[in-house]
Amino acid sequence: MDNGNAVYYSRVLTELTLSFHIIYATIGVGVPLMIMIAQWVGIKKNDEHYILLARRLARGFVITVAVGVVTGTAIGLQLSLLWPNFMQLAGNVIALPLFMETFAFFFEAIFLGIYLYTWDRFENQKKHLLLLIPVAIGASMSAVFITIVNAFMNAPQGFDVVNGQLVNIKPVLAMLNPAMPTKVGHVLVTAYMTSAFVLAAIAAYRILKGSVHIYYKKALFLYMKLGLVFSVATLVIGDFSAKYLVEYQPEKLAAAEWHFETEKGAPLKLFGVINGEEVKYAIKVPYALSILAHTNPVAEVTGLNEFPKDETPPLYIHYLFDTMVMIGTFMIVFSAIFVFGKIKKWKFISSNWFRWIIVAGGPLSIIALEAGWWLAEVGRQPWILYKYMKVADAATTSEHVDLMLVLFCLLYLVLGIGSVVVLLRMFRKNPIEKEIADRQADRSGAGL
Amino acid sequence: MNLEILGISVLWLFLFGYVIIGSIDFGAGFFNAYSVLTGRQHILTHIIQRYLSPVWEITNVFLVFFFVGTVGFFPKTAFYYGTTLLVPASIGIILLSIRGSYYAFESYGSRGHKGYSFMYGVAGLLLPAALSVVLTISEGGFISLRNGQPVLDYWGLFTSPLTWSIVVLAIAAVLYISAVFLTWYANKANDVGATNLLRKYALIWAIPLVIAVIGIMVELRRHNPDHYARMVEVWYLFVISAIMFVITVWLIWQRKNYGMALTLLVGQFAFAFFAYGISHYPFLLYPHLTLYDSFTNKAMAIALVIAFIAGFCLLIPSLYLVLKLFLFDKDYIRGKENGHV
Repeated sequence: MDNGNAVYYSRVLTELTLSFHIIYATIGVGVPLMIMIAQWVGIKKNDEHYILLARRLARGFVITVAVGVVTGTAIGLQLSLLWPNFMQLAGNVIALPLFMETFAFFFEAIFLGIYLYTWDRFENQKKHLLLLIPVAIGASMSAVFITIVNAFMNAPQGFDVVNGQLVNIKPVLAMLNPAMPTKVGHVLVTAYMTSAFVLAAIAAYRILKGSVHIYYKKALFLYMKLGLVFSVATLVIGDFSAKYLVEYQPEKLAAAEWHFETEKGAPLKLFGVINGEEVKYAIKVPYALSILAHTNPVAEVTGLNEFPKDETPPLYIHYLFDTMVMIGTFMIVFSAIFVFGKIKKWKFISSNWFRWIIVAGGPLSIIALEAGWWLAEVGRQPWILYKYMKVADAATTSEHVDLMLVLFCLLYLVLGIGSVVVLLRMFRKNPIEKEIADRQADRSGAGL
Repeated sequence: MNLEILGISVLWLFLFGYVIIGSIDFGAGFFNAYSVLTGRQHILTHIIQRYLSPVWEITNVFLVFFFVGTVGFFPKTAFYYGTTLLVPASIGIILLSIRGSYYAFESYGSRGHKGYSFMYGVAGLLLPAALSVVLTISEGGFISLRNGQPVLDYWGLFTSPLTWSIVVLAIAAVLYISAVFLTWYANKANDVGATNLLRKYALIWAIPLVIAVIGIMVELRRHNPDHYARMVEVWYLFVISAIMFVITVWLIWQRKNYGMALTLLVGQFAFAFFAYGISHYPFLLYPHLTLYDSFTNKAMAIALVIAFIAGFCLLIPSLYLVLKLFLFDKDYIRGKENGHV
């Protein structure tokens, strides 16, 4: 049976869908929390600007959530359409979190609908806050459950294989697999971090474009603070993830680090290019890989040469690893300077060049996010179900995957352009100055 | 009742939920586009948008729930249906995406974009067609095994009269359900113009519905005699459904008690839908796949049932809240407040 083409196109289509989906999904997980915090700060400080911030964010959020929902539906179905053999096997063990994810999604959808369409029905802002809590919880929980499915693919457990049959299935044990804590933690905090930096970038951009309203300064400071907190959390959990890899998936870390020979006191390689097994132009940090892997500078780190050649991932994942880590580190340092400088009233953080970097921070965070997912996914090649099923055995045998790839490319193009155009138009037509003026007009109208 | 039956009943119930609220959604899109094209937009658009905007995402979840649940309870369906449905399901996803994004884009972005409303309306008719293909395939005869892999006979599928009678039924049912619901909703909003127009649509679409049902009975008798025989066994369920249908049409004709008409409409489709489902038993894909040989292991089945009950305890009160706020709140329906963020 030769389905090489179908395997290739299935991989490309899955990658395309996921790469597109995670941008909207990450915003979908992070932004509800950001809206909730803005609403909460607004109530606590009795400051209407934060309430307006929550309201305006929610309006933009509808657009991203719509694209997130439809692309999420797409990947949900594509799992069965493109990888039927995988779903047939894994469905026996991992259906539970998939099922629970739909409940979380349901829960979020219900309260998001209520929140969006009951605005101004309640006088009390606390009721709006109460509606936001299930939205934020539902959004984060669906990320938790779907990440558990992904963690299971990396560290399958909760079943035995007897004569090719899966027996002794323990659904809860499958969910609590060793990859789960670090994966779930990392996904959640990076979603919050990315959302915070994207929102900070928007605020900084408005200020650069000449908006002098205090609203943007408040938003900028709030989201840079949150960004700092979540990027530090990302670093900590990222470190745990590396230690997890050493224990359970050493070939992924070895490939990401271009670490070929098993050795003690292993150096960390930053940047560089590779030609065969020869690494050029890399910065070597002595002992750093041993520290990263075992918190011990002389500990032994398993090299890539210890693994069969057909079971190691492609070496280009090193570039992805570098991209992710560099951006993450940069964002921590940068947001720390901003927050510290703001408290100390340093002048340069209000300069234009500094604000342009904040603007760049939004897209950079998204690039880091993509790089991180590609690293995690390509890093477990050739397995779809680590040590149990290879990608090539999981794919569909249909001959029409290439045509579907073209169709979905067009769809994502339309959705991507459409969402950006609608968002831009929405906020350009109704800048904050206008909205505040309108609200005041409404108030005095109501008062008369 | 064993776990297999419980599992499929739950899934069938959710599919039924999707059929009803999805139909309202698809049909509304079509009526909206039609009213734009015929210059009657002012009559319908407000009513349609007021109902649909808060619930479009919930509608979508019913479908997601159904297919995730199916693969969960019956993993083998992924093997048979996953491989063969690549093309029709992908087209379905693309149509769903156009519709899903439409609400958000339309409500907050470019209000009244004609091209998009048109695409949206057309998608609403194509979707039931694309999705109902699954029902045709499940009757058997279109999937064969080649080298141990299932292959779909596209030519056979597209030239089969059964396919087309199911497609006609799906579209007619969508427009009929939607028109009855919106008649009730418009009447509740005291919108006489919209009520009259939608009442007319409801009566018009009742006719092809009846014709399609008879057509399917004839085709199924030829295509899958086993299934037909089992349908005859539960004839009384279909008769109840038919009686409910007649009373619904009569009530709408008489312009009275639209609430009762809506209830009977749901009852009519519930009886027909479950009678169809019961007579399909025990096959998920005739004759390759039965309920029993595709069922997941016991441990997973129990876990799924527990998750389902827990999830349901969360959903029922939440859904009740939605109904209370958007379906039974007079001020909201009449548009006295423009509440959205």
